[in-house]
Amino acid sequence: MSENNEHNTEKEIDKLTGVETTGHEWDGLKELNNPLPRWWLWVFYACCLWAFGYFIVYPAWPVIGGATKGTSGYTQYKELRASQDEIIKLQREYLDRFEKASFEEILQDPALYAFANAGGASAFKDNCATCHGTGAQGGLGYPNLNDDDWLWGGHVDEIYTTILHGIRSGDIDGHVSQMPAFGKEKILTSHEINEVVDYVLALSGNDHKGSNDHKGSDDISMMPGQKTFKQNCASCHGADGKGDKQFGAPNLTDAIWLYGGDHHDVYKTVYNARSGVMPAWKTRLDDNTIRQLTVYLHELGGGQVDEIETDHAMEGDVAIPSVEEAAEMVAETVIDAVEPQTVEEDIPVEEIGDEQ
Amino acid sequence: MTTDIANNNRTTPDYNYDIVKLFVLATIFWGVVGMSVGLFIALQMAFPVLNVEPYLTFGRLRPLHTSGVIFAFGGSALFATSYYVVQRTCRVRLWSDKLSLFTFWGYQLFILMAALGYVTGVTQGKEYAEPEWYADLWLTVVWVVYLLVFMMTIFKRKEPHLYVANWFFLAFIITVAVLHLGNGLALPVDWRFGKSYSAFAGVQSAMIQWWYGHNAVGFFLTAGFLGMVYYFVPKRAERPVYSYRLSIVHFWSLIFIYIWAGPHHLHYTALPDWAQTLGMTFSIMLWMPSWGGMINGMMTLSGAWDKLRKDPVLRFMIVALAFYGMSTFEGPLMSIRAVNSLSHYTDWTIGHVHSGALGWVGFITFGCLYYLVPKLWKREEVYSLKLVNLHLWVATLGIVLYITAMWVSGIMQGLMWRSYNDLGFLNFSFVESVMAMHPFYLIRALGGLLFLSGALIMSYNFYRTIKGDVAEGEVDKDGNPRQAVNTSKNAQLQAAE
Amino acid sequence: MNPLKNHAFLEKHSLVLLIAIVVTVLIGGIIEIIPLFRQETVIEKVEGVRPYTPLELAGYNIYIREGCYNCHSQQIRPLRDEVARYGHYSLAAESMYDHPFQWGSKRTGPDLARVGAKYSDEWHVAHLVNPRSVVPGSIMPTYGFLLKNSAKLYDLEDHLKAQKTLGVPYSDEMAVWAVKDAKVQATDLDRIDSDGIISRYGENVNIRDFDGNPKFISEMDALIAYLQVLGTMVDFEVTKGINLDQEESEE
Ligand code: HEC
Ligand code: HEC
Ligand code: HEC
Ligand code: HEM
Ligand code: HEM
Ligand SMILES: [Ca+2]
Ligand SMILES: [Ca+2]
Ligand SMILES: [Cu+2]
Repeated sequence: MSENNEHNTEKEIDKLTGVETTGHEWDGLKELNNPLPRWWLWVFYACCLWAFGYFIVYPAWPVIGGATKGTSGYTQYKELRASQDEIIKLQREYLDRFEKASFEEILQDPALYAFANAGGASAFKDNCATCHGTGAQGGLGYPNLNDDDWLWGGHVDEIYTTILHGIRSGDIDGHVSQMPAFGKEKILTSHEINEVVDYVLALSGNDHKGSNDHKGSDDISMMPGQKTFKQNCASCHGADGKGDKQFGAPNLTDAIWLYGGDHHDVYKTVYNARSGVMPAWKTRLDDNTIRQLTVYLHELGGGQVDEIETDHAMEGDVAIPSVEEAAEMVAETVIDAVEPQTVEEDIPVEEIGDEQ
Repeated sequence: MTTDIANNNRTTPDYNYDIVKLFVLATIFWGVVGMSVGLFIALQMAFPVLNVEPYLTFGRLRPLHTSGVIFAFGGSALFATSYYVVQRTCRVRLWSDKLSLFTFWGYQLFILMAALGYVTGVTQGKEYAEPEWYADLWLTVVWVVYLLVFMMTIFKRKEPHLYVANWFFLAFIITVAVLHLGNGLALPVDWRFGKSYSAFAGVQSAMIQWWYGHNAVGFFLTAGFLGMVYYFVPKRAERPVYSYRLSIVHFWSLIFIYIWAGPHHLHYTALPDWAQTLGMTFSIMLWMPSWGGMINGMMTLSGAWDKLRKDPVLRFMIVALAFYGMSTFEGPLMSIRAVNSLSHYTDWTIGHVHSGALGWVGFITFGCLYYLVPKLWKREEVYSLKLVNLHLWVATLGIVLYITAMWVSGIMQGLMWRSYNDLGFLNFSFVESVMAMHPFYLIRALGGLLFLSGALIMSYNFYRTIKGDVAEGEVDKDGNPRQAVNTSKNAQLQAAE
Repeated sequence: MNPLKNHAFLEKHSLVLLIAIVVTVLIGGIIEIIPLFRQETVIEKVEGVRPYTPLELAGYNIYIREGCYNCHSQQIRPLRDEVARYGHYSLAAESMYDHPFQWGSKRTGPDLARVGAKYSDEWHVAHLVNPRSVVPGSIMPTYGFLLKNSAKLYDLEDHLKAQKTLGVPYSDEMAVWAVKDAKVQATDLDRIDSDGIISRYGENVNIRDFDGNPKFISEMDALIAYLQVLGTMVDFEVTKGINLDQEESEE
């Protein structure tokens, strides 16, 4: 390669390609005088032409006070409504009847029932599973919705109200009862609390470890905590400790614990009171979805107790099952109602769970 | 090439290579750092326990990665190559040694300020423009000096015409300045502290951010690196640039059209429809102007394709152009609103980014470095061309793993989000999509590891090159075994200078 | 004349080339950006959107500091699945006081534009301290330290003033009361004082202890106060009558 340090102006012919150079040279670099590739130019023109067509059909150019609208009248919100209409059309077969039907009618009608369950299962996963678990099995502080133990009542109407307005959610129609913080507010001494905790544990048939006052006593009415219970707790939880759905006061005799069932946990519950919050969904979800959720939960918690699942709620701190268990539960309880194909699509999740 | 240098010596001025060397070393260093952070955050997405609160969480480290690879690695490469190219193609020494040295230390200081800010939580929270106002102001100073050094060197030039590479560098420097100033407008809460509020809010803030963000891609990661292509590809191939006319047409159409395409980052948002339309249509029109650069680079080899077989360095450059072509095809595709409604917010975008970032930005930089390092340190060639070849293959495999994993997971994610069952209800919850990503995050991390390994191989190669070693079995152009430095040829070369 | 011939002029006059480049790149930006500041149709006229309370603003700043926007978007697109999953699509008005916007560009985690009131404060605490304790498959980092760090409130007055300069409708009174308002909002000990903050910011302010420790105002308090207000300002029941589709309403 030769270096010409003068301002070259003579053009030369490149030997390898036979094309003329432009005659300039920089640091040994030259340029060929090839024309623009034809196909390149034509594709470029085609793209521009398409763009100009698009400008005519769609909103495109800002003008004073707004923008050109385009001949199609397109807006992205119209597009949304059109695509939502597709879904509504798909659901029309059910939706018309569903909207008019009472809960009783839905429960009677297998097609509507399946429809509601599918809708409920879908909405549950994105809105509720983060608290109540993927299989609705609950977790520490978040009730299991699979069992037949309902804090605020398990009739469809009651479930509907709970979801609509929530619990201690700030919604004026929400459930609000509050257990007093017996320890923190110095209503009871820690000694008294220990006694009443033992009593409560005995009610539920649990071992009352942590206190040795009453080892192995069979007669719970002899326990010192009973008096405290009658005076302070029975008003809400009932004299027999079976709870009162009016106050959302849990049944304390069924060995189903929202906040854990060993002495320490129950002590903490009585000392601080927990007051878990369940959000109100009426502003977030539409009425159809809430009704579908209601039917879905009613089906889940209905009448049967599933002992195994109940146990989950009590296992230590993180009472949430592993991913594969959860996926299994969803597959069992939920997906039957929908399409078998959904079960298949859920499988990757299970597999991933295995790896983790 | 040896004769080339020898000939030049008679007439060429005493170029300032020291500044180029500094930036080259910084490029290598920041490349390794930035990619290591990339690997780390990739692993965090697969194994969230790797998040160490409060300083090393994903949220704080991700900007460290993006700034590390784009501004520290890519920026240093741009400084190095633009300073090298502008001197040689203007046949004049860089205008001011002191000021160019200032740009080096000033820029490194900026990077440190930015990086320290991220891990300690000082950030403006604007993608690719995270540094707080004080670092922004400092960068403004450094950048103005950069422009000054570059322009003054051009003013002093001995060549009547300005070589095409310099048009691109110039467009890169000046446009980045405009973007930085426009997007960076902010009001500090208190001049004594790091916190500021952006001057813009909501929709306007979004539009200005992506006017900036998209054109950071267009002018930092594209125009600047095309500047490199226009010098180093014809140099390495020892061929003339394919078409002067194409240079002109694609240069002007590229810089004119690029600016408009920003709203493709805001499809289906609260940005008005008309702006989205402009973003989409201009992105489509951008396709050919982008490919102009690829064509001009690749066709420069016409008549000399066989060189590719022999020269792994040239191969790096050509593969880079191929990836450039691929991501600038994918980009317009993703700008179509219907496609974007699926790809936006998903890993598909990440795949697109890294086919551009690893394949284009990474590879063209590696190619230029392999060309530059022996030149700057007066070696005949790098320590080992075999290692260059190894780097090429390891890194290519890494990219392929990375981007295919992201395509699959991105499209899967997008489809899962919008999947409805037969009764018209959503099939999946969000977390189900998160869990489904896990295997792909593992594959991506593996790809990243390979790419980083390639960069480490390169660093080793350069270490030995600078030391003056030559690997066994390396031959020169004529097929004769090459000798280590201080023996024969290399010594002559040094003596000649 | 052949325009390519004229190009030689630019190649020889670098300053002209520089200016030509600047002009070329300014055109697109000007046409796309300036109208956004001038068109009344850009931001919907809906009621309810108010500036953040000082405590929420402190939370917004923590959100930015921690880089939550790297994983979370705050922009529900008008696509049917997003509206079904996250709620009403986002309006421009809802982020008009965000300096800068937090729309995000990647959803590693779900959209947060309407996360306000979706969960209890308790859940947010548990989730931020360890996301996997409530969502086993989560890959979100842990943020337990937020419970321990006390929220930086003392300079909130300066923050409000700066925002006011930038056009956020804070009053001087709001700025003066900023620190006090933040304290009142984050604790229910001072219930009696809440009239002030309500008179300044309206009824739609969550006044309570957010992090489970009423005696201490932590960064967790601030961040959750921010999260709990996201997407709750516009009442879409009320808005139903208003046509949000600006383009259409002009017809
Ligand atoms: C922020 C966490 C949270 C979310 C999200 C949540 N819940 Fe709850 N939910 C709770 C808590 C806490 C309780 C128990 C409150 C108590 O202690 O009385 C509860 C109770 C309930 C109950 C009453 C159970 C009973 O035994 O009476 C029902 C029914 C219920 N939730 C349904 C739902 C549905 C349906 C959704 C989703 C649309 C949902 N929850 C979302 C926290 C949550
Ligand atoms: C004002 C009504 C009220 C009174 C009085 C009351 N409770 Fe409760 N209790 C509740 C409510 C409501 C809950 C539901 C849990 C919550 O607070 O979220 C509850 C929950 C509990 C739980 C937790 C159950 C579980 O599943 O984890 C225990 C244990 C308990 N109470 C024991 C007591 C004891 C012992 C007393 C008396 C010292 C008492 N309660 C007095 C209303 C009351
Ligand atoms: C590594 C990415 C990552 C970062 C960083 C991150 N998140 Fe998340 N976030 C997730 C993922 C994944 C989920 C979904 C799983 C879950 O609920 O934990 C999530 C869920 C959430 C949710 C629940 C949303 C819903 O509707 O269910 C909230 C709220 C949230 N994140 C807030 C934050 C805040 C605040 C920060 C910053 C302090 C943050 N996140 C940082 C990944 C991240
Ligand atoms: C070892 C190689 C690399 C690895 C493992 C890696 C990994 C990652 C990861 C995990 C992310 C975050 C993705 C997410 O949030 O989902 C990311 C983002 C990003 N990386 Fe890399 N990266 C590497 C190299 C590079 C290089 C060389 C560049 C540029 C030159 C680059 C540019 C970017 C950019 C721009 C983003 C942000 C993308 C977006 O916001 O859409 N990366 N990278
Ligand atoms: C014609 C050229 C190109 C077009 C039209 C284009 C288009 C796009 C589109 C549509 C997106 C996705 C936006 C979203 O949905 O969020 C995107 C993202 C991105 N592209 Fe390109 N692209 C082009 C070339 C390139 C090249 C060459 C690179 C080089 C590295 C690149 C880097 C990026 C980056 C970093 C992002 C991520 C931005 C973010 O953080 O969200 N692009 N591009
Ligand atoms: Ca991004
Ligand atoms: Ca507190
Ligand atoms: Cu872009």
